[in-house]
Parts: sequence; C-alpha cells; structure tokens
Amino acid sequence: MANHTIAETIPMPYLEEKGLISWLTSTDHKRISILYLLSISTFFIVGGIAALLVRLELLTPGKTIVDAHTYNTLFTFHGTVMVFLFIVPGLAASFGNFLIPLMIGARDVAFPRLNLMSWYLYIAGAIIIIASLLQPADTGWTFYTPYSIRTGTDVILLTFGIFVAGFSSILTGLNFIVTIQKLRAPGMTWHRLPLFIWASYATAILQVLATPVIGISLLLLIAERVFGIGFFDPAKGGDPVLFQHFFWFYSHPAVYIMIIPAMGVISEIIPVFSRKPIFGYKAIAYSSLAIALISFLVWAHHMFTNGISQLAAMIFSFLTFLVAIPTAIKVFNWTATMYRGSIDLKSPMLYALSFIFLFTIGGLTGVFLAALAVDVHIHDTYFVVAHMHYVMIGGTVMGFLAALHFWYPKITGKMFNEKVAKIAWALIFIGFNVTFFPQFILGTEGMPRRYYDYMPKYQPLHELSTIGSWILAAGLFLMAINLIRGLSNGEKAPQNPYGSLSLEWQVPSPPPHENFEEIPYVTDWTYGYGKK
Amino acid sequence: MEEMVERAHAHHVDPVVGYESSKFGMWLFIATELLLFGGLFTAYTIYRAKYPEMFHEQHLELNKPIGAINTVILICSSLTMALGVTSIKRGKQELLRLFLSLTILFGMMFLINKYFEWGHEFRDGNYPGTSIFFSLYFMMTGLHMIHVIAGLLVLAVMLALSFTGRFSDKYNTPVELGGIYWHLVDLIWIYLFPLLYLIG
Repeated sequence: MANHTIAETIPMPYLEEKGLISWLTSTDHKRISILYLLSISTFFIVGGIAALLVRLELLTPGKTIVDAHTYNTLFTFHGTVMVFLFIVPGLAASFGNFLIPLMIGARDVAFPRLNLMSWYLYIAGAIIIIASLLQPADTGWTFYTPYSIRTGTDVILLTFGIFVAGFSSILTGLNFIVTIQKLRAPGMTWHRLPLFIWASYATAILQVLATPVIGISLLLLIAERVFGIGFFDPAKGGDPVLFQHFFWFYSHPAVYIMIIPAMGVISEIIPVFSRKPIFGYKAIAYSSLAIALISFLVWAHHMFTNGISQLAAMIFSFLTFLVAIPTAIKVFNWTATMYRGSIDLKSPMLYALSFIFLFTIGGLTGVFLAALAVDVHIHDTYFVVAHMHYVMIGGTVMGFLAALHFWYPKITGKMFNEKVAKIAWALIFIGFNVTFFPQFILGTEGMPRRYYDYMPKYQPLHELSTIGSWILAAGLFLMAINLIRGLSNGEKAPQNPYGSLSLEWQVPSPPPHENFEEIPYVTDWTYGYGKK
Repeated sequence: MEEMVERAHAHHVDPVVGYESSKFGMWLFIATELLLFGGLFTAYTIYRAKYPEMFHEQHLELNKPIGAINTVILICSSLTMALGVTSIKRGKQELLRLFLSLTILFGMMFLINKYFEWGHEFRDGNYPGTSIFFSLYFMMTGLHMIHVIAGLLVLAVMLALSFTGRFSDKYNTPVELGGIYWHLVDLIWIYLFPLLYLIG
C-alpha cells in the first residue's frame, strides 16, 4: 500500500526503471513503444542493407557482385522485411503506442498486456522471417502463384513468419480502436481529437479488417505447397489470379496502413511550426476515414495486365482515381495551414515539408498508374518501383523521421543537435531523389522491375540511382548518429520545446509512468495556435 | 515495486469502462475471424460457381448423418454456454461449473465425430488436394476444427478459474467473452454444414 501512495505522489519518469527484464515485461505503452522503435529500426537497417546490395548489383549490367538467384532472394528479402517488419508496424505500433494514450488523456491503452503480447508476436514473426534466410525465397514480396508454388526455395517459412507478425498487427489495431473509443479524457470529444488520433483510428480499422485476409491467403499458399490443394494451380482447376485478388485485398489497404499514420504526423507538425490553427480540421479528419474506406475497393488496380475483364478494370481504375480526392484534400489543407503562418524551419518541419513534396510526386504518379491505357505500358517497370518508393520513403519514412525528430524530446527527455539534424535531412532528401527520380525515367524507357540484367543503354541512370542510394544511406547514418549522441550528450529537454498545444506536451519530458497526475479535463481542440 | 505500480496502474480503469472495452474488443476480434473465414467462403463461392457438377457429385461422399449430429451437438453446446453465462450473472457458481463442463463435453464429442469422419474420408482416398471440393472441405472444416480446439482451451481455463471462485455476479467478463467466442465457432459451423453437406 505504501508503494501505491509513492507511485501516485512522486511521478516516476517511465524511463527510470533499469534492467532488461523490466523492459521485456513492462505493459507501459511508452516502454512498449520504445521496444517497437528499437526493433523496427533494426529491421529497417537489415532491409536497408539488402536494398544497398540490390542497388550495388544493378550498378553494371550482368553480374556485379552476386549471381541472379542471390539477387532474386535479396530483393525478396528487402521487400518482405521492409513491408512486414518495418513499414506496416512502423509508425502505428511505435508512435501510435507512445502517443495515443497521451494525446487522448488516458493512462494507457485499453489492453496493456495484449499490447505487450503483440510485440512478442511481432518478434516471433520477425525471427521466423529471418530464419527463412537459411534457404531464402526468391518470389518477391508478393508471392505470386504459380511461381511461389513451384520454386524450390523456402516460401513456407517466410510466409508463416508474415502470418504470425500479422496477428501482432491485428491485435495492435484492435487495442487502438478500443482505446480511442473508450478511454478519451472527459471533454475530449471526437472533434477535439488531434488529427494523429483520427489517422491512427483509420489505420487501426484497416489493420483489423484487412490483415485476416492476408492471413488466410498465406495459409492457403502454405496448404498449396504442403498438400497441393489446387486453389491456385491451373493444373488442378485452380486459378493463380485468385491468389492475386486475395493478396491485394489485404496488401492494397496495407499501403494505407503504412501511409495514413504518417499523414497524421504531418497534420500535427505543420500547425506547430506554422503557428497557425490547422486548416480544414474536419476535412483532414474524415479524409483519413475516406481513404481507409476506398482503399478496400481498389485492389485490382495491381492486376490490370493479367487478364481481368475490361469492365472490372475500368471500375477499379475509376475507384482508384477516387483515392486521389481525400489525399489531395489533405495536401491542400496542409498547404493552406502554412499560408501566412510564421514558419519555423526546424528539422521536424523540414521532414514534414519533404513529405508533402515527395508524397505529392508519389501520389500523382500513382494517378498515372491508375489510368488503364498508361498502366499497360509502365506496369511492372521501374516507374512502379519509383512511384512506390516515393510514397513509401518520400511519404512514410519522411513522416517517420519527422515524428522521430518532433517527439524525440518528449520520448527521451533530451535534445539532439539541430544543426547536424538539418545536414542529415539535406543528405537524405538529395540522396532519396537521386536514387529514385532516375527510376521514373528508366521505367518510361522500358526497364522492367526485378530484372537482374539490363541493356547497356540503361546503365547511366542505374549508376546514378546506385550513387544516390549511397548518399541516402550516408544521410540516414548521420541522422541516426545524431539522435544516438543526443541520448548521452544532449541537453535536457524542456516540457514543451516546440510550443505545441497537444496534451502529450503538457506532461514532463519524459512523461511519468502514469502519464497524468490527474486525468485532464479538455475544453478545446488542440490547434488553437496564434490566438494570444 | 514494479508489480505494485502495475497493479495501481490497472486499477485506474473504471470497471464499467473495462467491461465495455473488453466486450468491444471481443467483437472486433470476432470481425477478424469472420474475415479470416471470409477468404475460404470466397474461394468456395468462386469454385462452386465454376464447377457445380464436381461439388454436387463429391458432396455425396460426405457423411450427412454425422454432419447433422455434429450440428445438433454444437447447437446444444451453445445453449449450455449461454446458460453458463446467465448462471454466473446471477452469481450461481456451481451452475457455471456444470454448464461449462457440459459445453466442453459437447465440444469434445464434436471433435471425436470429426476424427472418425475424417478417418473415413482418408480411407476412401479423399485428401486435401484430391479435388478442389475436398480441398475446400478439409480447409474449411480444418480451420473450423482449430477454432473448436482453441475455444475448448479457453473454456477449460474458464472452468479451472471458476473453481477458484474468481467469477461472480459482479465480475464475469472473461466468461462472457469466452461465450461470445464459442458462439462464433458454433455459428461458422452452421454455415459450413449446409454449404458442404447439403448441396443440391
């Protein structure tokens, strides 16, 4: 009982308690968030090394460093790790965990033990995926049948790892939906919620409703390999295209699981560094839900060239164009928020601005791909590779880095070196564009994706792209070093260094174990900047 | 220390909010289960439309009486489960134990029947992979069987906990959640039985 009182009167920062065991058994959402941050960052490095090797191999036509089979396994591993271990859990599990209870004025998520279990499931999935490297698969991260049924490499272990990690995603989403609906502080009405919460809510719906479908798809693929059930095997009357339908029914919404939380981050950062209320709050909030809804109806735009009916293709093309509307609504509102604001170009804002710029390119090239006549020509070319990386790195990773720099003081209680952070940002921004912009050109000139070898005429752009990957890696390395150095050398962070009005900044940095001494009573939305 | 803080932590959640959250969480979980099975139901729909003759001919090889008996067994188990939940809501611990035991018994009977049924299919040379129909049959009933086993494990834990006197008319959320899950398992079978055994 005495301990109980101490815990309530002297709030203990959540980072205080030391020791590996206390970290691995803690159900504090903030500690679980750190576990996710560390693990997804690790897998980002692992997937990134695979990417650098892929780019290095493509430096010259023919063999540069590895043989064709190894190359296939490398891009498969890169894709799988980046998609299922970095970018899907990415922002949702790490920053979502840290911020959702703090932003809505709760002490924790609705199911803290389930939250910890989700992390263990994620790690279990990750271990299985890494273990598959003993006999790495060469199918690409999409596991298209019939090749994935016939290849001699270990598809079963890899897909089973994804299956297990999927549970983590489902349970995290479930936890967040219940938390946001049931645990908001008094006065925290839906229309006062920070936009990151709206984004997390939309993401969580996708995680809960889409992930089971990839679960069953991968189970069927495993059953196909083990028993030969024939669902996807034309020789037995099955249909390989059915696998693509199943796969994209999850994997297209999954794209929005990856990007919507990043959009939420941008909606938080732009008003703070423009010192202006967010423009079009409700439009941004509901566009997250609109994107989530439409994302379930567009999956076959990945399949325009595989013989689906013309009518279906036209409908899916039309629906895909629709996604551009809520997405553009967000971009317009962010821009309008900045209009006549007093803009402060600190590192989080630089990343947020890069997000808007690069994501717009990624989004607009997505509209090219949604157009049937254009897609037939650039389907499965480097144009798609470039488009996807503009959305995933230009969008999600920039959003992730923006979040990392913005909430770093809150999470760690320390400040990083702002000057170095800006240099790292510049390197990342330049490196990214040098890597991926040439790929748009390569794609329109006809360079197919995933090819090991290419015609000599493509070499200059491939060289440029590979050089870009080195600049990008250097920038990321510098960024990481800067943040790690901040942990030991950084100044102590004040409670609210960037002057945000959101609830998480109204508690000490780092926050105490219980988040709030008393549950706050909320009387206004979080974006009332520039009023005083 | 850690434990004390954790407990203090947990105690901050209002019991009513805790109950509502848990129930809502369970319904979301049920939604994910439906989508998991949804993939199989989709495959079933597509291939039945594509191969109606195959579905008709091969479904005749399934054992309708056993399927029907199993349907009745599961419906009974849902009844006993519902009675169990009602009992504990009225604070009747002995009745909860009785009804949980009966539910588990029915679940085991279902599995035993399924064991003999599958054994029979195997002896007739019908395996997953024999045809699209039998692949669907084994995948659908197999995935369902995994859920029956999971449900039985949950119910067994509930039964064990009920002997510690943990549940009462005031606190019985886990029993209710276990019940919702068990009804889902039952409900899926109610769809599987006509789709697989009663085509035509």
